[in-house]
Amino acid sequence: MEPITLNWYLALSAVLFIIGVLGVLLRRNAIVILMSVEIMLNAVNLSLVAISQALGETSGQILVFFVMSVAAAEAAIGLALVIALFRRKTSVDVQTLSLFRR
Amino acid sequence: MDITFYFPPLADYVATFPMLVLAVAALLCVVVDIFYNDAKGVAILAGASLLVTLLFEAARLSLPPAKALYGMVYVGGTASLVNMTILFSGFLTVLIAQPYLKRLGRNYGEVYALLLVAVVGMMALGSAANLLTLFAGLETMSVCLYILTALVREKDGAIESALKYFLLGAFSTGFLLYGIALIYGATGTMDLSDFADRLASTNAGVMFWGGTALLLVGFFFKVSAVPFHMWTPDVYQGAPTPISGFMATASKTSAFAAMVLVLGRALPSAQWQTTVAIVALLSMVIGNFVALAQSNVKRMLAYSSIAHAGYVLTGIASATPEGYAGALYYLLVYTVMNVGAFGVLAYLEHDNRQGDTQTVDSLAGTGQRYPLLGVVMAVCLFSLLGFPPLAGFFGKVYVFGPAVKSGLAWLAVAGVLTSAVSAAYYLRVLYVMWMKPSPDDAVAPQFEGVPPLAAVALAGCAAFLLLLTFTPWVMDAAVAFFRDVPAAIVSLP
Repeated sequence: MEPITLNWYLALSAVLFIIGVLGVLLRRNAIVILMSVEIMLNAVNLSLVAISQALGETSGQILVFFVMSVAAAEAAIGLALVIALFRRKTSVDVQTLSLFRR
Repeated sequence: MDITFYFPPLADYVATFPMLVLAVAALLCVVVDIFYNDAKGVAILAGASLLVTLLFEAARLSLPPAKALYGMVYVGGTASLVNMTILFSGFLTVLIAQPYLKRLGRNYGEVYALLLVAVVGMMALGSAANLLTLFAGLETMSVCLYILTALVREKDGAIESALKYFLLGAFSTGFLLYGIALIYGATGTMDLSDFADRLASTNAGVMFWGGTALLLVGFFFKVSAVPFHMWTPDVYQGAPTPISGFMATASKTSAFAAMVLVLGRALPSAQWQTTVAIVALLSMVIGNFVALAQSNVKRMLAYSSIAHAGYVLTGIASATPEGYAGALYYLLVYTVMNVGAFGVLAYLEHDNRQGDTQTVDSLAGTGQRYPLLGVVMAVCLFSLLGFPPLAGFFGKVYVFGPAVKSGLAWLAVAGVLTSAVSAAYYLRVLYVMWMKPSPDDAVAPQFEGVPPLAAVALAGCAAFLLLLTFTPWVMDAAVAFFRDVPAAIVSLP
């Protein structure tokens, strides 16, 4: 059987990234947007690990740890903001964020 | 196994002293706040640590640039200048924000801890020698700023602007990170100074240029350049005013400095020059013209900051050492002007009648009633406009001049013309402040006067902008510094 080459990983990563981007652009629920951002970050993680493995160089994998911790911090802040929004508007629809569009 | 390998040499601790001190001070702020619940003490601690590190960086300004912590950050020289700009902005923000937040009833100790951590992130971003440092610094900064934006969480506007900032910021981080991954895949290194060699030996392919494009998108978002500027007005309007000033200056300075490091040092200019020039043009035109139509002063300053991002990008687009030096000089001047302008607004917004809506009309007569604020605002706005004897004018000379030399005369002409347009909205604010009488003087203003330290900070902003004019040696020294340092950048280890 043919071994799985780097290009397959990169292609999967690109597809996942595009799914994430489309999710952010098309969905209106703040939590779903947050999930889509996480998909984008994890798509990049896949790329970084695959490239790092293929090159035999570790800095890509080290960056992945940074990305994971950043993603955790962002999730914490994002969900806190979504809760604060829900308390005021009883909705997490980003289309309700239109105070400044007057 | 030799464990000493894991501990950097002492010289590295000295070189990165400001970052270490501020990180420790931030932790101390949290501890002091928990055990003593003394927001004033925390503010003093934060201000003192920022002042000490500011003086430390000033002392290192003349050192030749070097790398520290296993080649992860640049220290000394240009890096010191960028760090000084960031620290100066942070220091002034602490002075201005403390009384402001106290009046809002939001003078929490965490604010200062977050501010210090954000400053550490900004310094890492602005002096990054490795894409890893760049990402870590960028996110440290952004995460703190998301929280600071939502400080007054009972206000609809604050939550709305924080959520917008967060969602778009996280989205743009994804692009930036994907750019880093692709560049890493194409070159096999994250070290900025290795790119040139790797690119020479391997043919830069689609992967590399795709990565560069994504990285640029991430940067353009962070510096709010058109077409990635949509979040800026909403965020600056909704955030507490001194924090808006901090975001508009320090975070942009660090992102621009990182951009200079990545574009200027690591990538061949022929490939990105046109793109940056076009983005600069769009930012100047759209920023200045849309600012004309704003009735809210904070929103107007937000659009003006988009236009100023365009001016800085003009300097970067020239792709010469003089251009980069001019961009960094402009950022220093821009920081002082904008911290001053947002600081004045912070104290005027609780004046009377219109509360914190900050429409231009609500400023009527404030110049005569509070001459200090009026004069500081006048100096800052004239400088933002680029009026000849003030620092803002020299800033513009140093970004437009190199652009003309690099054959981007059309961009410089567009910059000068759009600056002329900006006179309309800057001078309108001054006209209303000084010439228009207050609508009803019978209404007693609830204004308590500017607290002494904040007054010193605001007067300091104005004095700094005048100082660069009336003491030519400061100017000469600055120019010489900027002429020298970029030449040294090129030959860095």
